[in-house]
Amino acid sequence: MPPAIDVRQARKRYGELQALDSVDLRIEQGEFFGLLGPNGAGKTTLINLLSGLALPDEGQLSVLGHDVVKQYRASRRVLGVVPQELAFDPFFTVRETLRLQSGFFGLRRNDTWIDEVMHHLDLTDKADTNMRRLSGGMKRRVLVAQALVHKPPVIVLDEPTAGVDVELRQSLWRFIQQLNRDGHTILLTTHYLEEAEALCTRIAMLKHGRIVALDSTQNLLSSLAGCRVRLKLAGNLPASLLLQVVEQTNDDYLLTLPSYQALESMLSELRVAGVEVHEMTLQQPDLEEVFLRLVGRAGH
Amino acid sequence: MLSFFSLLYKEVFRVWKVGFQTVLAPVLTALLYLLIFSHVLAQHVEVYPGVHYTAFLIPGLMMMAILQNAFANSSSSLIQSKITGNIVFVLLAPIAYWEFLAAYVLASMLRGLVVGIGIYLAALWFAQPPMLFPIWIILFAVLGSAMLGSLGVVAGMWAEKFDQLAGFQNFIIMPLTFLSGVFYSIHSLPPFWQALSRFNPFFYMIDGFRYGFFGVSDISPWISLMVVGGCMLGLMLLSLGLLKSGYKLRY
Ligand SMILES: Nc1ncnc2c1ncn2[C@@H]1O[C@H](COP(=O)(O)OP(=O)(O)OP(=O)(O)O)[C@@H](O)[C@H]1O
Ligand SMILES: [Mg+2]
Repeated sequence: MPPAIDVRQARKRYGELQALDSVDLRIEQGEFFGLLGPNGAGKTTLINLLSGLALPDEGQLSVLGHDVVKQYRASRRVLGVVPQELAFDPFFTVRETLRLQSGFFGLRRNDTWIDEVMHHLDLTDKADTNMRRLSGGMKRRVLVAQALVHKPPVIVLDEPTAGVDVELRQSLWRFIQQLNRDGHTILLTTHYLEEAEALCTRIAMLKHGRIVALDSTQNLLSSLAGCRVRLKLAGNLPASLLLQVVEQTNDDYLLTLPSYQALESMLSELRVAGVEVHEMTLQQPDLEEVFLRLVGRAGH
Repeated sequence: MLSFFSLLYKEVFRVWKVGFQTVLAPVLTALLYLLIFSHVLAQHVEVYPGVHYTAFLIPGLMMMAILQNAFANSSSSLIQSKITGNIVFVLLAPIAYWEFLAAYVLASMLRGLVVGIGIYLAALWFAQPPMLFPIWIILFAVLGSAMLGSLGVVAGMWAEKFDQLAGFQNFIIMPLTFLSGVFYSIHSLPPFWQALSRFNPFFYMIDGFRYGFFGVSDISPWISLMVVGGCMLGLMLLSLGLLKSGYKLRY
């Protein structure tokens, strides 16, 4: 069984900028995979190389075993891409757009599937509306629908939820998860880390065109042992605890602890110092924290 | 094959939705040329013996419009798609390079030919040029529009802004058409310009096309056929090569 996506030593340069630097990535069939990274990390560039919107300087990329350059037609047939940039053809209605896209993929009578996709994306009552008249979020739904017209086994979503309301976000994820259960491989990029945490079973983090982390979501989360405590104190934090502070605003502190056991000693030090605790909340490690640790706040 | 037909459909549909500007406008322009030039020059010029100047003008105007419209169709469609970004839908699809080229070129030819026929029909009101060898007429109309359709694909890929495309049109297409003998026979030019015209492929298109109407031409239609056919093939190969390399389409 060939991997859904196989990237070997892919490099891409734009002028002086190395947008992708020797990226290796293998995604198996049926995975729900997340590609994360700050703005400009190279996520879209990697997706463009996979879809043929950009050509690699070096390296091999394949989709379900089809080389994206040499067997470009076969690889595009099994790939559905939701591009990050909103684009539409103002000459057509939603249904015409989807029919035309089906035609580009060599499908003649595709209305049953088109209707189903429109239904899942809540586009049915916009079917005969001209693309020009749709709101931004609606246009993005059509973009998703266009990527799905040929029931591609490998689906790539480049920030599909940017500018989309909560309701659609949920129905979109239900639909995509359904497709994933039916065997479609999903590759997702998003800046909403809760989404990635909830949906993706494996995650790669990209920074300056390089993969800086590649693991299951579980492993990434548990790599952050311990927990965080938010404290509101009546008084100053004892000096012995200052090293553990991550954030402070007035008498509001955020501390990291190496383990839950460390809670006890923290509390006793506070008692010894005679500092009263007004509020205390425990925080589970989340993907955002992993992300910030690996990639950094501003991506540097 | 269905990918090709879908792309062709899209390209043709695009033209008809704005049929007023894409077809009627060029017909009107040609009629204005005809009206003015024939009024001003008809008494002074007889290019070929026995051929009235107004009749002489009609094939030239037809060919000029066929060429300009074929060029405008593929080039403006491509640049529009590039600028609005909806070219991605075509680029993401499993469309072969030759299908891509064929769809854009055929749609351009269709627009050029429809405009050409429109001009012919409208011009009948002014003069009725004979049609001695329809096969030559069709041949040159088809080859010429195909050639300019491919040239439009090349220009549409190359240009990044509308004004670059306008420059291409104003500094290359327009001079070549006007200096090709639309309004005159090159025999009425001084020797230097006559010699220069030989390097203008548009001259051969118009001369060969006109031969189909009047059975007279500045040079043999067979030579024109070879020149125009050669240019067309060359441009098609060039555009296929550019499409394959992803030139300014796939970054
Ligand atoms: N066509 C291009 N020409 C020049 N530079 C480009 C081009 N496309 C991308 N880049 C550059 O490559 C780098 C990676 O861009 P890319 O779009 O892949 O980032 P990204 O991870 O998708 O970011 P975002 O989260 O903002 O979408 C950026 O610095 C960008 O400016
Ligand atoms: Mg991006």
